[in-house]
Amino acid sequence: MMVDALIAKRHLMANKKQTLVAMLGVTFGIGMFILMISFMIGVNQFMENTMLSSTPDIHIYNDIKTDYNVSIAGEYFKSKGTLVAVHHPKPKQINLNLKNADGIMNDLREDPAIKFVSPLLSTQAFYNYGPVQINGYIYGVNILDEAKIFDLSSKMTAGVPENLLTADKGIIMGRGLANKLNLGMGDMVTLTTPTGTTMSFRVVGLFAIGIGTIDDTRSYVSLANVQQLMAKDRSYITDINIKLKSNKLAREKAEELFKKYNYKSDDWETANSSVMASNIVRDVLTYVVSITLLTVAGFGIYNIMNMTINNKMKDIAILKAQGFSGRDIVQIFLSQSLFIGFFGAIMGEILGFILAYCLSRVPFPHNDFISLKFFPVIFNPNHYLFGMFFGLVTPFIAGLMPSLKASKIDPVVILRG
Amino acid sequence: MSIALKVENLNKYFHEPDEFHVLQDISFSVNKGEFVPVIGKSGCGKSTLLYLLSTLDTDYTGQIFINNTLVTGQSQNSLAQFRNENIGFVFQFHFLLPEFTVLENVMLPALKLGKYSKEKIEEKAIGKLRQLQMDSFANKLSSKLSGGQQQRVAITRALINDPAIIMADEPTGNLDSVNTGLVFDIFRDLSHNNGITVLTVTHDLDFAKNADRVIEMTDGRINGK
Repeated sequence: MMVDALIAKRHLMANKKQTLVAMLGVTFGIGMFILMISFMIGVNQFMENTMLSSTPDIHIYNDIKTDYNVSIAGEYFKSKGTLVAVHHPKPKQINLNLKNADGIMNDLREDPAIKFVSPLLSTQAFYNYGPVQINGYIYGVNILDEAKIFDLSSKMTAGVPENLLTADKGIIMGRGLANKLNLGMGDMVTLTTPTGTTMSFRVVGLFAIGIGTIDDTRSYVSLANVQQLMAKDRSYITDINIKLKSNKLAREKAEELFKKYNYKSDDWETANSSVMASNIVRDVLTYVVSITLLTVAGFGIYNIMNMTINNKMKDIAILKAQGFSGRDIVQIFLSQSLFIGFFGAIMGEILGFILAYCLSRVPFPHNDFISLKFFPVIFNPNHYLFGMFFGLVTPFIAGLMPSLKASKIDPVVILRG
Repeated sequence: MSIALKVENLNKYFHEPDEFHVLQDISFSVNKGEFVPVIGKSGCGKSTLLYLLSTLDTDYTGQIFINNTLVTGQSQNSLAQFRNENIGFVFQFHFLLPEFTVLENVMLPALKLGKYSKEKIEEKAIGKLRQLQMDSFANKLSSKLSGGQQQRVAITRALINDPAIIMADEPTGNLDSVNTGLVFDIFRDLSHNNGITVLTVTHDLDFAKNADRVIEMTDGRINGK
């Protein structure tokens, strides 16, 4: 076996340039794979983080659902055997609040899988700006709970979330909305609900999550203020936001909560299925491109191995005559291919790391709505392991066929000339 | 005197391009330490016979014994092992590996055999090179030598595992008369003084004239039988 390795080494060293070119094929393939996957997964991670900063792991709310199967006329005529059809019924007056919200929340806080629970009462509202009314939403929250779930402290561009506790009728406003209304810290703003109630608030904080539709429409006030604005009692809340210890379990947990409380429970993946879909597309794209690059590198190795073997017909014949078996010949040539793959892959991992690192230092074009300073790139050892694995498998397959061909050479044909 | 090589009823056909009975009922034996040239006109089947005897070509009927071992019907892998240990090859072309030095070319078959340590093999290889006056070239790349020198290195390589038989196919076909004489002397010396059987196919009648015994072939048969 030692002899086989010695011969393989000599072959590689005798043709340094050719060996290097074959290696560079693998290097380029693996390097690009590492760069692409680091960047793509980085983007996915960024999207997921942005998404999670605006979507709770699980969102429990009371969905409008009205049962039209039962009608008073139907009940009345039931005994008389008459068929009753009610044409386009309308829903009755319903409250969208969660019944026994306090009980549910106490129950949720006991759950070991749940990290934070935040009650929410939201309503549409008009922000009055002189004679102009701007449509938006107002969120009544226990600001401390809400801040824990969405990490509001880090998203504040002015003030702190706790300001809401100390100020009477304070409001923390999305930065985009505040800009539209030309409001700054300490300014007053008047809100009108769809039912016509009006109330004034003082701006005590500004936030920017990085998603335009939220920063341009949402404001936080205290839960009590919204209850007051909507003329509801202190137990009236419409939504509960939940943060889990591990968001991977959100789907199952949401189902469990739905069964338990019979209120609609959305997990973050379902609520953001379009973002999740684009993550999958990016993943697939990364693997397709990487595998293409590696396949091309594989063909490069295949070509070079074929060339080497054609040049070495005589050597192979004499080795076989002298007692080297077909297996030895396969080993001699396959080990060359694997050597090319192994060192090509190592260089590729280094190249990929350098490129990915450089990209992670490139400033992202400044944008008000995207909170990115640099291109999002992540460094995950698993990607490097996967690259290494591919860097060995491709040359193995590419080298196997020429090596087997070499082992089948009939020495008599060549030695007789 | 013991028998180094015995052949019984050897028949061989070529199927391409036409069916052709190239070797017909060949039987003979060669004693240990004999130097036997095989001569005959082109196409009489002498090279074909040599390749059958060398175990490289296994497509024949009949039986071949080398050193009293039946080699007919053995697997390719065990034949490779057998050749490594028992047969030394010399061809018309030297077939040295160009990336290796003279010494390494000589050492390779022994390294493959793996019977001795690397140091021992190196020592042995230098000894064999000295025997053929090639030791001063030991560390040169084989491609840098002249034709006669390369052929002598090839003979040294054939000797490294102390084979029972050396099989040579036109070993002097590419050499001038001086080198031909040299190769002849080497072969005769090996057979007479080292007890190695030498079987060589040749065109060179001078070469054959001085040998112990000549096997002459015509149209796939051995003459005089």
